Amino acid sequence: MRIGAPRPAGADPRLVAVTPDAARRLVALGHDVVVEPGVGDGARLPAHDYVAAGARVADRVDVWAADVVVALHPPGPAELDLLRPGATLVAQLAPAASPDLLDALAARGVTALALDAVPRISRAQALDVLSALSNVAGYRAVVEAAEEFGGMFTGQVTAAGSTPPARVFVIGAGVAGLAAIGTAVSLGAEVHAFDVRPEAAEQIESLGARVVRADDAVQQVSADGYASAQSADQEAAALRAYAEQSAQADVVVTTALVRGTAPTTITGAMLDVMRPGSVVVDLAAPGGGNCEATVPGERVVTDRGVVVLGYTDLAARLPQHSSRLLGTVVVNVLTLLTPAKDGRVVLDLDDPVVRGMTVTHEGAVTWPPPPVAVSAAPPPPAPEPAPAAATAADAEAGRRRRATRRTVLGALGAVVAGLLIAASPPDAVGHYTVFALAVVVGFYVISNVTHALHTPLMAQTNAISGIIMVGALLQIGDSSPLVTTLAVVAAALASVNVFGGFLVTRRMLGMFRREAP
Amino acid sequence: MTVTSLAQAAYVIAGLLFVLSLAGLSAQESARRGTVLGMLGMGLAIVATVALALDRSQRPWPVTAGLILLVLVVGAAVGSWRARRVEMTQMPELIALLHSFVGLSAVLVGYGSFLAAPGGAADGGDTVHRVEVFLGVLIGAVTFTGSVVAFGKLSGRLPSAPLTLPGRHTLNLLALVASAGLLAWFVAADDVGTAILPLLLMTLGALALGWHLVAAIGGGDMPVVVSMLNSYSGWAAAAAGFTLGNDLLIITGALVGASGAILSYLMCKAMNRSFWSVVLGGFGAGTTGGSGGGTQEAGEVRETSPDEVAALLTAARSVVVVPGYGMAVAKAQHPVADLAERLRARGVTVRFGVHPVAGRLPGHMNVLLAEARVPYDVVLEMDEVNPDLPGTDVVLVIGANDTVNPAAQDDPSSPIAGMPVIEAWKARDVVVFKRSLATGYAGVQNPLFFRENTRMLFGDAKEQVDKIVQAL
Repeated sequence: MRIGAPRPAGADPRLVAVTPDAARRLVALGHDVVVEPGVGDGARLPAHDYVAAGARVADRVDVWAADVVVALHPPGPAELDLLRPGATLVAQLAPAASPDLLDALAARGVTALALDAVPRISRAQALDVLSALSNVAGYRAVVEAAEEFGGMFTGQVTAAGSTPPARVFVIGAGVAGLAAIGTAVSLGAEVHAFDVRPEAAEQIESLGARVVRADDAVQQVSADGYASAQSADQEAAALRAYAEQSAQADVVVTTALVRGTAPTTITGAMLDVMRPGSVVVDLAAPGGGNCEATVPGERVVTDRGVVVLGYTDLAARLPQHSSRLLGTVVVNVLTLLTPAKDGRVVLDLDDPVVRGMTVTHEGAVTWPPPPVAVSAAPPPPAPEPAPAAATAADAEAGRRRRATRRTVLGALGAVVAGLLIAASPPDAVGHYTVFALAVVVGFYVISNVTHALHTPLMAQTNAISGIIMVGALLQIGDSSPLVTTLAVVAAALASVNVFGGFLVTRRMLGMFRREAP
Repeated sequence: MTVTSLAQAAYVIAGLLFVLSLAGLSAQESARRGTVLGMLGMGLAIVATVALALDRSQRPWPVTAGLILLVLVVGAAVGSWRARRVEMTQMPELIALLHSFVGLSAVLVGYGSFLAAPGGAADGGDTVHRVEVFLGVLIGAVTFTGSVVAFGKLSGRLPSAPLTLPGRHTLNLLALVASAGLLAWFVAADDVGTAILPLLLMTLGALALGWHLVAAIGGGDMPVVVSMLNSYSGWAAAAAGFTLGNDLLIITGALVGASGAILSYLMCKAMNRSFWSVVLGGFGAGTTGGSGGGTQEAGEVRETSPDEVAALLTAARSVVVVPGYGMAVAKAQHPVADLAERLRARGVTVRFGVHPVAGRLPGHMNVLLAEARVPYDVVLEMDEVNPDLPGTDVVLVIGANDTVNPAAQDDPSSPIAGMPVIEAWKARDVVVFKRSLATGYAGVQNPLFFRENTRMLFGDAKEQVDKIVQAL
């Protein structure tokens, strides 16, 4: 099918949905790719690279009239009219915030897939434009903060005195928050982070940051991987934690977005007690901002000298890598839509990922999709301790029963063995003694063998068990030719074992070497 | 002082030397000395036995001496030829084959001992001797066919899937009950002519039993089977020792038997399986269909390329390689060692994490890595490497599957639930080298492949590692 990639417009003209590399991979899927002139300008991707990748350059009307249109921004009124009925639009549509757009798309019979409505389940990660861009935004947020902040992030001790490390507080450990944490940690800052989802704590710690605990603020495990709105108590507890941490922080990165809207995390009062010169980067600015002083898209300095950055284009400030990630996401989406790799687009609405992204289809608005429940968090622990205690008691009783059974069986075995030995002729008893002691010695000796040498151990015990040759050799001299023949064969086999076993053990052990000092 | 008493003294010393030789294997440093002591012991035992055999020879001694010389020359030639030629990846087969030799010799020695001294009613009715002969032949025969089947499965000459005959436990039990009946008959029989019949029947039954026992066990349980057969071969030697009244055989057999038993136990513990469930077999067939339910996390895998892996490795500070049977199959140990060496030269910390049941033989991976000249002090055991994994940048999983399956910890309904595993997924990035997305031996899907931090590198492990080395 023909895939059209219009020249980026809207808020982030620097971001490109179809890079030359993506175009090449779309062509490989059997599609026909047409791009508008200047499509890659924002990310400095030259037009001839697109042509080299197998794409065709066509004018704007042709591009918007393609079977599948891939854009990042939602289409404006003029662009809506260019779309063909029955076409597929893949774009960032913010379905929750733009019901009118969805209605308009449905009215035109356009099947719309929202890149920003991918369900957050593991296998959809590769399609998740929000994750891809949030990651870049989180990184850039720290870089912006570092530029505004009047000090180094890393602590130093020098002959000219020492500087403390910057203290960074990150609110929300989603993709952007984690990226910010990682970046700040790698710059040497002392990073503290908070998230209402209990499963985030481990991820925060894994990046080398400290988790801010506020137990009252922790909510139930989320079913779909996104945080949900908090109760009043939880909110109050969280705000107390924010106030405490932001007062000590040099940099606050706040990333709280609950289903497209931004709750307030940093109030005016909190800003007032922050040190002058400290920086707040509000990654939730596109949703209105977490900080009360945030002006989306702007840099604001409060009366007390705190810098509040509300940039909404953080990812677009790194257009090359952002575009590359977006291009891969677009390819992944179209790979999912082109299962046979033959250039035919198939919309499988039984696939929860496809269903989640599809916001209009066959003239109807299909947003919001039915919920998909997948969370990485473990199920909540068993609520009542009583059954647990009962099972523990059961297990204890079971163990005791087994121990009793073992003792009884052991005693029986000892009695039987004792009777058998007593019934044996006296010279056999000596052999039993030797046997029993050798088994015990064997168990102790072998228990000490290091795991790495188990294969040589087997080869060596193999060689040693060739000792059966001794028995065979003694029989060779027997007067009966039959016995001699049997003994010769047995001795030959056993001697293969002896020689083969020892030599191969030596060969193996010769290979083990210690690292040269 | 007679030849006999001198030989007895030599046997005592040889027995001690064997104990010391196994004790030497407790550490790498003393292992080589251990082997030398074992050889000394064996040499001493053989010299003493030859002297004794010549002394007791019932025919002119040069004939006996000639036969013994012939046997030793043949054994030495064949044994050293095999030992030199074998590839380290084929070690499990060789060891299984050698076990079968011990089993067969035990059978032959048992027959020889019976024919030389039938112990019938005519010469005093030595019941104990008869019982010993019977048991020796029984254990030997089971070891023989069991090892032959294990050899066939390990070398790919027999299908490695478990053979599940209907009522297989009943069959095994029947074989044992029948043997007990035959034993009674054998002991009661008067002369050699009537006694040999139950012995022959039992031998046939035992051969079938050994075959069936091992045929019922799947390829992945081979570490346990091989060590179990190791144990059997020891008990066979010990039984022969009882038959012949030879303490050296008893001591050595007991040592080997104990060794195999401990190894089997350790292997079972490492797989979180009860010994009996492995020994009775059938695993891997019944579980594939039903119980994978909880782990059907079908998902998307992220495929990667050798170049990307090379870039990932260059940027890493610490790398852990988790090898598995797939590395042995692809004979990738040399390129893997080369890769590790190059990374170490660049200042990357490279270590190997070896799961106790990786491979088809206890310690199999260690031997392969040693062959590829990986220093043994960077080859760690599972328990040593697990605590370090959360701080590790990249884990390369090369041909391992079940031993790195997070379902063992996360999914109580999984057939491998509770099995200790290498927690590869805790590292920042995981690269899995695999031929395809097929399940591992346990037939369980591996959620590791679908984790966000996992990338898959499909294809032959050796070629892919070679490409990475080139890209570096």
